[in-house]
Amino acid sequence: MSNRMTNLLVPIVSVILGLLVGAVIMLVSGYNPLEGYAALWNGIFGDMYTIGETIRQITPYLLAGLAVAFAFRSGLFNIGVEGQLIVGWFAAAYVGVAVELPKIIHLPLAIIAAAVAGALWGFVPGLLKAKFHVHEVIITIMMNYIALHVTNALIRTVSDGGDRTENIFASASLRSEFLENLTEFSRLHLGIVLALVMVGVMWFILEKTTLGFELKAVGFNKNASQYAGMNVNKNIILAMVISGAFAGMAGAMEALGTFEYVSSKGGFTGIGFDGIAVALLGMNTPLGVIFGATLFGSLKYGALNMPNAAGIPIEIVEIVIAVIIFFVASGYIIRLLLLRASAKKKEAK
Amino acid sequence: MSFLDVLYFIIPSAIFYAAPLILVAIGGVFSEKSGVVNIGLEGLMVIGAFVGILFNLLYADTFGAATPWISLIAAMVAALLLSLLHAVASISFRADQVVSGVAINLLAVALSLYLVKRIFDKGQTDFITERFARYNVPFLSDIPVIGPLFFTSVYNTSFFAIAIAFVAWFVIYKTPFGLRLRAVGEHPMAADTMGVNVARMRYIAVMISGALAGIGGAIYAQTITNDFGHATINGQGFMALAAMIFGKWHPLGAMGAALFFGFAQSLSIVGSSIPIIQEIPNVFLLILPYVLTIFALAGFIGRANAPLANGKPYIKGQR
Repeated sequence: MSNRMTNLLVPIVSVILGLLVGAVIMLVSGYNPLEGYAALWNGIFGDMYTIGETIRQITPYLLAGLAVAFAFRSGLFNIGVEGQLIVGWFAAAYVGVAVELPKIIHLPLAIIAAAVAGALWGFVPGLLKAKFHVHEVIITIMMNYIALHVTNALIRTVSDGGDRTENIFASASLRSEFLENLTEFSRLHLGIVLALVMVGVMWFILEKTTLGFELKAVGFNKNASQYAGMNVNKNIILAMVISGAFAGMAGAMEALGTFEYVSSKGGFTGIGFDGIAVALLGMNTPLGVIFGATLFGSLKYGALNMPNAAGIPIEIVEIVIAVIIFFVASGYIIRLLLLRASAKKKEAK
Repeated sequence: MSFLDVLYFIIPSAIFYAAPLILVAIGGVFSEKSGVVNIGLEGLMVIGAFVGILFNLLYADTFGAATPWISLIAAMVAALLLSLLHAVASISFRADQVVSGVAINLLAVALSLYLVKRIFDKGQTDFITERFARYNVPFLSDIPVIGPLFFTSVYNTSFFAIAIAFVAWFVIYKTPFGLRLRAVGEHPMAADTMGVNVARMRYIAVMISGALAGIGGAIYAQTITNDFGHATINGQGFMALAAMIFGKWHPLGAMGAALFFGFAQSLSIVGSSIPIIQEIPNVFLLILPYVLTIFALAGFIGRANAPLANGKPYIKGQR
């Protein structure tokens, strides 16, 4: 079996194993797994409305996945996507509420504000990593909590002590009547187009520009890159900034498309952490991220149908997602088993 | 309110909030000293809190006042088992330890909420009836100043947590086991050459971290929230992780940091009823532990160095 094949098989085997574990848990706790997965299926593809909502759910997952994957390619682990997403969400909603401008200016402005906010939140760990060699994982975790508390305080200030901002002006909204009519008035919005464009942007940066070449080189081997005359520090910071910008835009999807406001949060949205799963499953490639985001976005939205249709708590899907991450991370052992299996086949021949 | 009154008010509540943090941070010290990054502390705490509360609710009639303590044992065992998953992934399967930790966190929250909904048919458990009791330590609480500060309306769990910190310090720095633990985390190949079983040491360390995090979670749930729901732990595990780093991977340092973070937490909660402090916007107190941790890591508050082999799987024979 070729190396490429095994690389492709690891995520697929992981997903199958994850679903199997989910089925076993449902069975042991007294639910019917077939009923459960049927409800999940219908929750994803049931009618045009659910399909629209599923695609809406996939949108921020695409961008969050891109953010994690982009940092990974430069050898950085950005757990801070969650925080960068939250500040992006706030920035976009704030721009959407604070001013009223023609749509052609307002909407891009709000999206750019989100990207800049996310980029700033990514800049701090990038700078600390480059200048002080501090591990980015811990810094980004801390930045997540700082983002959560700071945006909550800002929302309270902006809304005069309330829990949420006003709805954004229509001129900053990503809503599209065409998409809504197409999907029986789901909340599907134009963000999906932007997210897919961004997948292309990531591919272009990584594969077609000098910057992307340098970023990947730094990811493979810092010392070699330094020796080749690349500015490693600059590349580390840039990688985190671009990653943060993707994450910030994921926040804009929620602010300008799905909710059209921002409310104070008791805990994290979870999208940022699921972004890690998306990137891992997609092996950090742009195309893989589409695959990962589609799977996890669908699972996440489809799960909402499970309590009603089958009486099963939605958390079962989170369990499945966690198990999938676990198996993808343990790819070494799956690879080993796959290799052994194929070696045996050869012997038999 | 005089200054002393403020102290009498704030110090006991700081210690009370710090107790779970101390235990979980010490757990983190054990794991990371052996070279295994444990981001899963949060999830291990969640499982501890859930099992602690569940056991308490189920067996309160059987064990009476001793229930909370026995619940701690149940929570310890449950979290230990979950930590084994992290150990298998990061030690035997050579998984990325951060990713495995993230998976543990997701899994713990999802699994415990799934079971809560299965068992109680609602989003959170009932409130427990048997909880840890506050009491005044005889004689000691009569000492002026120190009595009201440290020995009035205290929980035994706080003393337990502080005792564990000293035990951990002794184990890590004064016993052969501790020496091996540190060796495995600094230079596993050298340790292996000297006949130390690297994988076994790391398994033990991760299991200790799971056990302590489970106890910490159960203490948090049984003293502060008294029930279990999706927001019960809400970042306490990460705060403990921060305490571990701020304490520079040293058990007593971690204890000090945890006490300080407990102080910050209690200020953010009860601070609104204290003059001067109520002038400070709450958000600064809320983000203080995290900002301080970033400063500590950036070297503004002394240098914090992680164990050298932290986060790297050990592969025999590989340089």
